[in-house]
Amino acid sequence: MSPNLRVSVWRGTTDGGFSTYEVPRQASQTVLDVVTYIQRRLEPSLSYRFSCRVGMCGSCAMTVNGVARWTCRTHVSKVVDGDSLEIAPLSNLPVIKDLATDMGEFFDKWARAKGRFRGARTRHDAFARVEPDSPERAAANAGIECIGCAVCYASCDVVAWRPDYLGPAALNRAWTLVNDVRDTDQHDRLRAVAGDAGCHACHTQGSCSERCPKAIEPTAGISGLKRMAARRAMRGEL
Amino acid sequence: MSAAATQARLWYWQRISAMMLALFVVVHLATIVYAVRGGLSGAEILARTQDNWWVAAFYGAFVIACAVHVPIGLARIAEEWLGWSGRASNAGAVLIALALAVLGFRAVYAVVA
Amino acid sequence: MSESARIGAAGRRIAVRRNDSRARRHPAWWAFLAHRVSGIALAAFLPLHFWVLGQALRGEAALDSLLRFADQLLFKFGEWGLVVLLAIHLTGGLRLLVIEFLPWSGLRKNWIAATAGLGIAGGLAFALALIG
Repeated sequence: MSPNLRVSVWRGTTDGGFSTYEVPRQASQTVLDVVTYIQRRLEPSLSYRFSCRVGMCGSCAMTVNGVARWTCRTHVSKVVDGDSLEIAPLSNLPVIKDLATDMGEFFDKWARAKGRFRGARTRHDAFARVEPDSPERAAANAGIECIGCAVCYASCDVVAWRPDYLGPAALNRAWTLVNDVRDTDQHDRLRAVAGDAGCHACHTQGSCSERCPKAIEPTAGISGLKRMAARRAMRGEL
Repeated sequence: MSAAATQARLWYWQRISAMMLALFVVVHLATIVYAVRGGLSGAEILARTQDNWWVAAFYGAFVIACAVHVPIGLARIAEEWLGWSGRASNAGAVLIALALAVLGFRAVYAVVA
Repeated sequence: MSESARIGAAGRRIAVRRNDSRARRHPAWWAFLAHRVSGIALAAFLPLHFWVLGQALRGEAALDSLLRFADQLLFKFGEWGLVVLLAIHLTGGLRLLVIEFLPWSGLRKNWIAATAGLGIAGGLAFALALIG
């Protein structure tokens, strides 16, 4: 085993190419460690994002050997191909520079899916009662931990094939709110997620559920949205 | 009808026709595997199907389910892999549905009548 | 990886990078591909199937001559292939109905295995019926 890794890193915007760097191999080395080494010691002009470096913020998501991952939580030893690593920005998003993508569209779709809470109570009202064991709350809880890292969005082929498709993260968020008994915007939300670019475009490829670093399964929520939309449409309420 | 309602209805009609087809296909496959033993001739087919109104009802319903299920699936593929617009894929879907219905009912009539 | 262009706000073309096959190496994706490809093949076959049967309108002899023609090995292999594709599309489709309508229990990978199994079983049954 060579003492060095041969690391190909994407440089440029969407038009660009891979540059190769030699990085010393360490025990317990993460891909983020590798990127950091390159930027600090070899290529100061390399642009990349990270923040917490402990798997909490999702900022460091990149494409490693073709698969979207959190680089701070990816051990080199688990993904290295011989002694090669290929590090690229996330797919399906415009590239600002090198490994940093423009997340604007990702969050715009979140808003278009009505992925925000709308309630009717004020501070003067009593607390809402939400049964923690109810099926609705269990469904919402299963998807609530999303931190918006865009790994699912970058992994989804339907996002690539249909630029308007809201994507797994936005639909998952909508699902958690559809199951929030306090929310009052259900009609508009279901309308927003059930159009041409919504839940019905999902083909259950399951890449989102396979790749989510928080083990959230957007496929479950999207299936739920399909059922709800069908029920409402049958009642003429959509 | 809103775009959302249209998509929702297309989705559930595709799933309902899928459930019907699941049943029909299992019966059809089992029948064919059984009937094909030792070869299959026109005479053998027609002997089973002619003047058989159960065959007409079963395969008639089968044709309808196909005419619903196949075009919706193909429309999605045209939009995603061929880049067709929604209008083009809808038009294509209607054409295919009509073609399958016409050819299918003709076939049912041909073997029953 | 390949690029693709999108139209962004104000009609600007925004290019993005796309995934290649390395992102697709997991069972649920293969199940999707098998379902789509088998569906396309069956959709192409179905009108032909209807047309052949419709030939019975011209009498039993017309149908029979077509069936004799289809007795050739290449056709039999094609028929066998379609039976296998039909079994795969059916079982894969049932898996999707289970995912979409029954309480959630993951991507149902046991059903993916069943799809492969029933495809093989259907193919064997048909082959044996043809030969036996």
